[in-house]
Amino acid sequence: MSDLHTSPSGESHGSVSSYIIGFVLAVILTAAAFGVVMSHSLSPSGTLTAIAVLAFVQVLVHLHYFLHMGGGSEQRWNNMCFFFTVGFVVILVIGTLFVMNNTALHMMSR
Amino acid sequence: MLGRLSFSAIPLDVPILVGTFLGVAIVGLAVLGLITYLGKWGYLWREWLTSVDHKRLAVMYIVLALVALFRGFADAIMMRTQLALAYAGNPGYLPPHHYDQIFSAHGTIMIFFLAMAFMTGLFNFVVPLQIGARDVAFPFLNNLSFWMTAISFVLVNVSLFIGEFSQCGWLAYPPLSESQFSPGVGVDYYIWAVQLSGVGTLLTGVNFFVTIVKMRAPGMTWMRMPVFTWTAFCSSILIMVSFPVLTVALALLGLDRYFGMHFFTNDGGGNQMLYLSLIWAWGHPEVYILVIPAFGVFSEVVPAFSGKPLFGYATMVYATCSIMILSFLVWVHHFFTMGAGPDVNAFFGIATMVISIPTGVKLFNWLFTMYKGRIQFHACMYWAVGFMVTFTIGGMTGVMLAIPGADFVLHNSLFLIAHFHNVIIGGVYFGYICGMNFWFPKVTGFKLNEAWGIRAFWFWFVGFYFAFIPLYVLGFEGMTRRMNHYDNPEWHIWMLIAEVGAVLVLLGIVCQLTQLFVSIRDRNLPANRDLTGDPWNGRALEWSTSSPPPPYNFAIVPHVHGLDAFMHDKENGIDTRHAGGPYAPIHMPKNTAAGFFVGAFSFIFGFAAIWYIWWLAAIGLIGVIGTVIARSANKDIDYYIPAEEVARIENEHSRKLMAQAAE
Repeated sequence: MSDLHTSPSGESHGSVSSYIIGFVLAVILTAAAFGVVMSHSLSPSGTLTAIAVLAFVQVLVHLHYFLHMGGGSEQRWNNMCFFFTVGFVVILVIGTLFVMNNTALHMMSR
Repeated sequence: MLGRLSFSAIPLDVPILVGTFLGVAIVGLAVLGLITYLGKWGYLWREWLTSVDHKRLAVMYIVLALVALFRGFADAIMMRTQLALAYAGNPGYLPPHHYDQIFSAHGTIMIFFLAMAFMTGLFNFVVPLQIGARDVAFPFLNNLSFWMTAISFVLVNVSLFIGEFSQCGWLAYPPLSESQFSPGVGVDYYIWAVQLSGVGTLLTGVNFFVTIVKMRAPGMTWMRMPVFTWTAFCSSILIMVSFPVLTVALALLGLDRYFGMHFFTNDGGGNQMLYLSLIWAWGHPEVYILVIPAFGVFSEVVPAFSGKPLFGYATMVYATCSIMILSFLVWVHHFFTMGAGPDVNAFFGIATMVISIPTGVKLFNWLFTMYKGRIQFHACMYWAVGFMVTFTIGGMTGVMLAIPGADFVLHNSLFLIAHFHNVIIGGVYFGYICGMNFWFPKVTGFKLNEAWGIRAFWFWFVGFYFAFIPLYVLGFEGMTRRMNHYDNPEWHIWMLIAEVGAVLVLLGIVCQLTQLFVSIRDRNLPANRDLTGDPWNGRALEWSTSSPPPPYNFAIVPHVHGLDAFMHDKENGIDTRHAGGPYAPIHMPKNTAAGFFVGAFSFIFGFAAIWYIWWLAAIGLIGVIGTVIARSANKDIDYYIPAEEVARIENEHSRKLMAQAAE
């Protein structure tokens, strides 16, 4: 118990190659999103869908390569925190859409 | 060169501010002179300002909170005095421009710098001791959090003398806070002060979350954790989840103001209603961040002074956790009148009322803890019982406001002001002061004077009712909040009564200062010394170590055998301290100036950004980044306290315990 302040948590912190793979994937996904918008090759709704999909994949890449989330038992706290956070984000996003949409209907604010 | 800053930004034409400046300057110079005269600069720097010890940081946080209390209360009594005068033909003494800054500053300071700082101070002091840890998980970040909070408070106060503060209320609603309607620096002061202190708060949340998850003493399972630690845990989670929302909302407002964007403007596709939704998605959890730890304080104090274990420990834990979750489902009740339909308002109205169920569970738990207990009416118990009465009334008016139909009548009126002061003073402030009276001997080794504590309580308690019951009445009579002047003769008498209440609260604060002064003066009287470290026959681990605790808290990390770990050991004759050793060298973090410098450079950055002095902002930003890099590269961050030194400190404490037992 004497080295509480510096002891590593015992979990994987990734390797140089996994960070590089993650970085390259992140750059590709970012560039692809910009490309879709700047090339005007898709319809407006198609562009939005493409950006949303790319963003979602981007999130997964960050979680896997940078935050080292996985299924191992030592990841229990990480995963619990993550799903808790997702729960709160869902409450916030769905709640905001519910409220703002309803307000827009009644107040004709759009 | 100096951006928007010019000599005309200094308000020499406002006599109140010039007088305040002279007062602050004289007191400031006197304090600095005294430190120089006593030759304490080195001591202050080495032992306090650069300290990473959670106990020292706790003291600094609470000192900061008390300074914020003076500033916030000065604002409050100025507003009350203005409204006692500004009736019919009399314009009062505060012109609207100044008055609007005062109520904005009052709210901002009381929430961010009194309540948050006091709460963090209590977390810092109590949580590591209660879970049997030697410090928090990230001691350097703890010091950094403190400095981010402190420099933000300085930034708010600088706005008194250079420029102006926000005139948009404590949450800076757009479109009023947009540059079209608030072109001055006031809102920018607000944005940067709140953003920078938000960094500190977020780091505090992360720090205590990790500390509680990772650093509990062996044997301390989740359901053996003291209730204050549970509340600190839930509060930390709420901080981590909600403060990013505040950061984003204010960042978007900042983009509108600095880069002419249109997130919340009326034109260009903006929607100011989205700001309300975002700011309250933080703002509602925020009030629970503040009040849940106050509930934790009462859950420690009531059992200690009733001579009984807490009634319904498990229900207390479940109630705390359900309040934590529910606090995220109610934010729309702050803007029922914005125009959402009945289905939205009904959902959030009912969700709000549901919160009163776990809160009621807690209240009954405290009452049943007292029931048939051997109650000692110590000053702490006055605050606790005063809280139960006052908070219940505040909770009931809250349920009234949760009815959307009633809210349409009462919103934006003084009824609302009375309600939230009812829960924040009666809940949060009473709780924190109760905690201060309770843990003070643990921090310093001597008790707070009880007679002055009780006097302070009565002035606060009675003063609160005098100050805020008239506001309920005025709310029913239709008086809206944030008024500078009024003509209705029926309101005047109530404003005069409220002024009396404010003066009584002032006397309460004077009693608190006297209490501190008398206690420090008489600290060596035998009756006031806390030699055993356990002055109240306490139940949790913090009472098992000496008062004040040694730098390492626990020479040998205690083993927890049950709920109320220390009481369990006392009842079963187990020596929690393992007096006599064998002791091992203890690994400790070294003090560092990095937190201070990151804070100082952040201050420069914030100030420069407010005034558009971009070269200075660049210096500030480079300074922050450079300090962080330098700190990251520093390997010399820890040291060992030798076993002989540990043995010496522990044996001395054992001798004191023995001498005390012999008497």
